[in-house]
This record gives sequence, C-alpha cells and structure tokens, in this order.
Amino acid sequence: MDIGSRNVKALLMVDNRTLSEGQTLCGFDQKAATEKLVEDLLRESNLSHSDIAHIVATGVGKNSSPYPASEITMVSADALGSNFLFPSARMVIDVGAENSLVVRCTEKGKVIDFAESDKCAAGSGTFIEAMARALEVKLEEIGPLSLKAKNSIVLNTQCTVFAESEVVSLIHQKVSKADIARAIHDSIANRIASLARRIRIQKDIVLVGGVALNVGFVNSLESTIGVELLVPKDPEFVGALGVALTYSKQKESGRR
Amino acid sequence: MKEYWRWSEYRRTVRGVDWTKAEIVSGGVDVGAVSSKAALMADDRLFAYSIARTGSSSPDSAKKVTDWALEGTGMKLSDVQCVVGTGYGRVNVPFANRTITEISCHARGANYIWGPMVRTILDMGGQDCKAIRSDRNGKVTAFLMNDRCAAGTGRGVEVIADLMSIPIEEIGPASLNVEKDPEPISTTCVVFAKSAALALLRKGWSKEMVLAAYCSAMANRVAELLRRVGVEKEFVITGGISKNIGIVKRLERIMGIEALPPKNELDPALAGAIGAALFARDFYKKRA
Repeated sequence: MDIGSRNVKALLMVDNRTLSEGQTLCGFDQKAATEKLVEDLLRESNLSHSDIAHIVATGVGKNSSPYPASEITMVSADALGSNFLFPSARMVIDVGAENSLVVRCTEKGKVIDFAESDKCAAGSGTFIEAMARALEVKLEEIGPLSLKAKNSIVLNTQCTVFAESEVVSLIHQKVSKADIARAIHDSIANRIASLARRIRIQKDIVLVGGVALNVGFVNSLESTIGVELLVPKDPEFVGALGVALTYSKQKESGRR
Repeated sequence: MKEYWRWSEYRRTVRGVDWTKAEIVSGGVDVGAVSSKAALMADDRLFAYSIARTGSSSPDSAKKVTDWALEGTGMKLSDVQCVVGTGYGRVNVPFANRTITEISCHARGANYIWGPMVRTILDMGGQDCKAIRSDRNGKVTAFLMNDRCAAGTGRGVEVIADLMSIPIEEIGPASLNVEKDPEPISTTCVVFAKSAALALLRKGWSKEMVLAAYCSAMANRVAELLRRVGVEKEFVITGGISKNIGIVKRLERIMGIEALPPKNELDPALAGAIGAALFARDFYKKRA
C-alpha cells in the first residue's frame, strides 16, 4: 500500500507478478479509505484476507494502515519499483500531490542519494491543480493543452498563491491558454529539475507519481533537463509496486 | 458568495489643514500588489489620504486612488507640485515625477509617523514582507525581504479568511479568543496550510483554535526574517497586516519586543505613500 497525501494506492502481488491494483481518494479518513480499497481488491481477485502473506506500507500516511504492516520509506519503494520496471534506471523522479522526490540508485535498485521537497506547493501536483482552476480548464486537459503552445513565456512568480493571480492577469492580457499552460508546466519542471540537480542528474531517469500522467509536464521536464524520461504505464503505482517487491525479494533471498 | 477577504477601502481629509496656504503641496502614490494608497501633504502636514484595492491595471489604480484622496478637498491633481510613485507598481504611476522603492518610502514614512527613534520597520504587505533597519533620519541602513512566498503576507491571510468564512478584519481578534495557543500549523506554505487547517476543523477544532495555530505559524515565519536583519528599538510595523492583532501580538511575544502602537489614528498601511510624499517634497524643494 502507498498511502499518499491525496490518494491511497494498493496492489496485490503473487510472487513477482501484479495480480490487481487500485486507488482511491484518501478523503476524510485515510484508514477507512485504505481498508475499503484492500477489501475491494481482494473481492475482485476472489481472495480473502488470510491469503495475504504480508502487507508492506509506504507513503506519508504509512503509519495509518488499517492492518498490521511493515513500513518502508517512499525513497526505497520508488527505487525498487522503478528498478523492477526499468533495470537501466539510475534515477527516479516522483512528483506527487503534495511532495516531490528524486532518488539516485544502483543497478540493483539500492538507494545512493535522494532529495525531497515537501515544504512548498510550487513543486507538487497541487500547483498544477490550482493553476488549472485559475485557467478554468480540467486537470486532465491542461497537459495536452500545453503541448499546443506557440510561444514560450515565463511566470514571474513561484508561489502557488501568487501564480494564481499571475495566471488570471495573463488571461486578461489575452495570452493564449495554451501558452499559459506551457508556462505553468515549465515553472514546476524548473523546480523539479533543480531538486534533481542537487543530487546530480543521472540516466536513465524514470518519472513516477500521479503527475507523470500529465504529458505537458513530461514534455516540459524533458526539455528542462535535456534527457528523455522513461514513464511507466501506471506511474502512480510504482511506489506500491516497490513496497510489495520488498517482501518478495526478502522471500527470494531467504530461499536461496 | 460573500467575499470574506474584502477589507474596507476608505478616504480621509485631515481636519484643520489649509492646503491653499501651503508653500509646497506634494503627493505620494503607493501602488502595491494588493492595495493602492495615496497621501497628499501640505508642507510637512498630512492633508488627505485614501486606500483602495489595486485593480488589474496599475495606472488606473494609481489614478483612481489619487482622485479619491483629492475628492471633496477642492484640491486638483494640477495643484500637487510634485508626485512620487512607489510600491510594486511604481513605474505605472503615469503622473509621477519620480519613483522610489517602497523600502525607502516605508522607512521614511515610519520616521514621519512615529518619530526619529524608529530603528526597525517590519512592512507586512499584500504580497511581500520586508524587515528594514533605518537611522534617525528615516534612511535605510539594511533590509531583508520575502517576496517569493505567500506565507506571512496579506494575500495568505486573505486565502485563510475565505477558507474559514470569517471577514478578514476579524481574523486577528478571533485568533486571540483561545485559552491557550495550540501548536502552530506545521507547514508555512499557504496552500498546504489550507489543507492542514481543513484537517484540524474536521478533527473538531474550533475556528478560533485553527486561526490561532495559523497566526502563530505566520508570526514564526516573519520572526525569522526579523531575526536575520536584527531588531533594534523602536520597532514599528507597517503595511496591511499591522492591523492583524493576532499576528502582531504573537510576533511581539516571539521577538520579546513590543511594536509601537499606531499614532494619531494613522493607518500604518499608509507609511509608504506618506514616505513617497515626503520625498516628493524634498525633490520639489531641491528643484525650486
């Protein structure tokens, strides 16, 4: 389970294979949301609770797991999950709802170094959400919209609160929404890139977390750091995949 | 929908000042990110002033707030011999003879309002926060500024007023209406503080408790800036947040120093505009 600040993601694994996965909003009660999600997954897979050998949890809410679970950090989970999907991965960039994380790892998925940003909304998915609202476009539309940008403009402000007013004034100045969307993604890409530079950028880079689903952000980040990014099919589940793998890995090495 | 963030705009004419007998009539216009202020001076006396919300166009806001200060005084813009523009939108005051940074203007204005003993000025504005040190003439000797982040700015308070559905002017008093201050909200980011505040409300905290936790966090944040520049007596607070007693009281407690109370019922948000008008007077004198 990956209990994030916005969504909880859970995944059932048999040996090293994903059986089923799902996510839901944390809402008011992380615990209840997590419980319901796990029960749903079990029912879908025709399994019962007693079939689960072990539960591992990660994410900011990892200690509010409704079941007894061992815990690992998001940093290790991201490294393991990414390494499993892309053995060439040496760096993972994880952009979530309220924090972002960069991890450098070995060819075996062991963590070498990492940096985190969780103090300021300007480097997280919340920033894009707020900007989409100011721009009056749907969250899932802002990415494709920014790919249609014709001009490159720069936001003067970083702070989400200030950038909201800046976006509104850009709309008043008749700047196209596509150009503004591009500027928004460039702004957050810049912040993520400087986080990555702090621990040294290294190829191959895997982009995970919910924000990786945003093609506009992927495009801006690629042009900012000048490296093509590997984006898995379900980027928001990489953390959950990583935690599940810690247990099967343990089992494997125990067998050996 | 009710706009809880909306603070009251107003204008005043100071009684007992006859501007027609003045040797120099000068004006200061402070176009801030959130509010615009205009001050008119007859020689060394403040004569009329106004404060209004900055609109989407800075030149229009400058014109509007100045016209409003002039309203009903018999004075016309052409009677003002020299105007200085200041603030975030200072280059957009079309009728200004010069522009000066708001840092200089706040120091000068504070010196005028409270007197030459002022050494430290904290200007808490709409979109930034500045800690300024000055000498006995109101000249800036050092300053530090946060203009990157909404935490500790008026804009941040507006966001919370809206979230809590409490008129912005009542935030401060409400936040003091608690028996004991709770732990400050752990995040300084306004966006995250919003979700943290919501979580506390869901946990059953009263609005007053949440506001107390929020005001404490803001005071902590501003205290950091002050510590870095160093605080020396007398200490004064200018800008819109100087009117938020919840933040001011907590800041005084953290810093162990009391801010001088507003003087002559003068709104400390006007310090920048008054400073600008004083500079305008200097320029006119030098030129004449």
